[in-house]
Amino acid sequence: MTHTIAASGTNLDPLYAEGLFWVLAVLSVGAAVAMICVRQAVHCALMLAVVMASLAVMYAMQGAPFLAFVQIIVYTGAVLMLFLFVMMLIGVSSADSLVETIRGQRVWAGIGGIAFMVLLIVGIGHAAIGTASPATAANSSNNLTGIATLIFTTYVYPFEVTSALLITAALGAMVLAHRERTKPKPTQREVAQRKIASGQVAPEPPPGVYALHNSVDMPALLPDGSTTDRSVSRAISQRDLDLGRDPQANVTADLAAEERIEAERQIEAAAQGRDEQ
Amino acid sequence: MSPAHYIFLAVILFVIGGVGVLVRRNAIVIFMCVELMLNACNLAFVAFARMHGNLDGQVVAFFVMVVAAAEVVVGLAILMAIYRARKSASVDDANLLKY
Repeated sequence: MTHTIAASGTNLDPLYAEGLFWVLAVLSVGAAVAMICVRQAVHCALMLAVVMASLAVMYAMQGAPFLAFVQIIVYTGAVLMLFLFVMMLIGVSSADSLVETIRGQRVWAGIGGIAFMVLLIVGIGHAAIGTASPATAANSSNNLTGIATLIFTTYVYPFEVTSALLITAALGAMVLAHRERTKPKPTQREVAQRKIASGQVAPEPPPGVYALHNSVDMPALLPDGSTTDRSVSRAISQRDLDLGRDPQANVTADLAAEERIEAERQIEAAAQGRDEQ
Repeated sequence: MSPAHYIFLAVILFVIGGVGVLVRRNAIVIFMCVELMLNACNLAFVAFARMHGNLDGQVVAFFVMVVAAAEVVVGLAILMAIYRARKSASVDDANLLKY
């Protein structure tokens, strides 16, 4: 075991490497299972981040420090953030439905997965997988130099094709994400005319400011003392209703508090006036 | 740890990703499961590179990462286009691609 670890291109203590492997293996398999089980897509992305980070550590343990950093930078840094961006655009609350559209799909997918895993494990178990080869000039001296040499000599044509692939992907993404404007952009004059014709020139009133509360869910206080619902987003009052709260409760409490404060202030002023006399 | 351990771990992760592709209905989650499968392949490539004592496997893993990045970019753009047309990211709702 000792010489295999030493050959792996890392100077990690063998016992330590073994413990780290099992910790990371359990962590990544657990996170992967959780990833296909949780309903929220965002939680899936977080679990995938755990798997990718532990795989990055495993690359580093196997003498591939360059790939470990690329894994962190490209996968957890760029690809996963792209996933999160699209998720936020599409709607973060789009949870998976738990209804099976094909009957028995999950059971059969699980059975098929286990059968495939058994097939692969038995096949690999029969194949002769040797121990790690001793450190050679290719993997021991300088990982980054070795990879660069390989990419720009043996694999230079695949590397060039990769650049074409990336340009094609960028163009494809631009074409697919582009939306054609179906009607011309409204000019400033048209916007002004529509605003005047609608009967309301000024913007909607902003949320109210009270003695105790000052937030977007407080309706604006009109000059006559009444409140207007037009200043509060419909989603916020709907949320209050969904949570079983009275959207107007804060307002009445706040107006009562204001009256009480005013009364106290008058009493205090009266007391002060008496003291001065 | 011998490379075999890493390869068995890669097999397990690959199968979990494949089951996820079959089971889940949200297209973004299916994409993430495909990414998991690609990552498992990369782990196997790195383990094989270490077993043979050369760097070819690591270079192939590097290329897989590049291809995966391109795939994600195009795939998510397609997903955005479908979501714009159908207001859903579920693969069950995108059954009218032929019309």
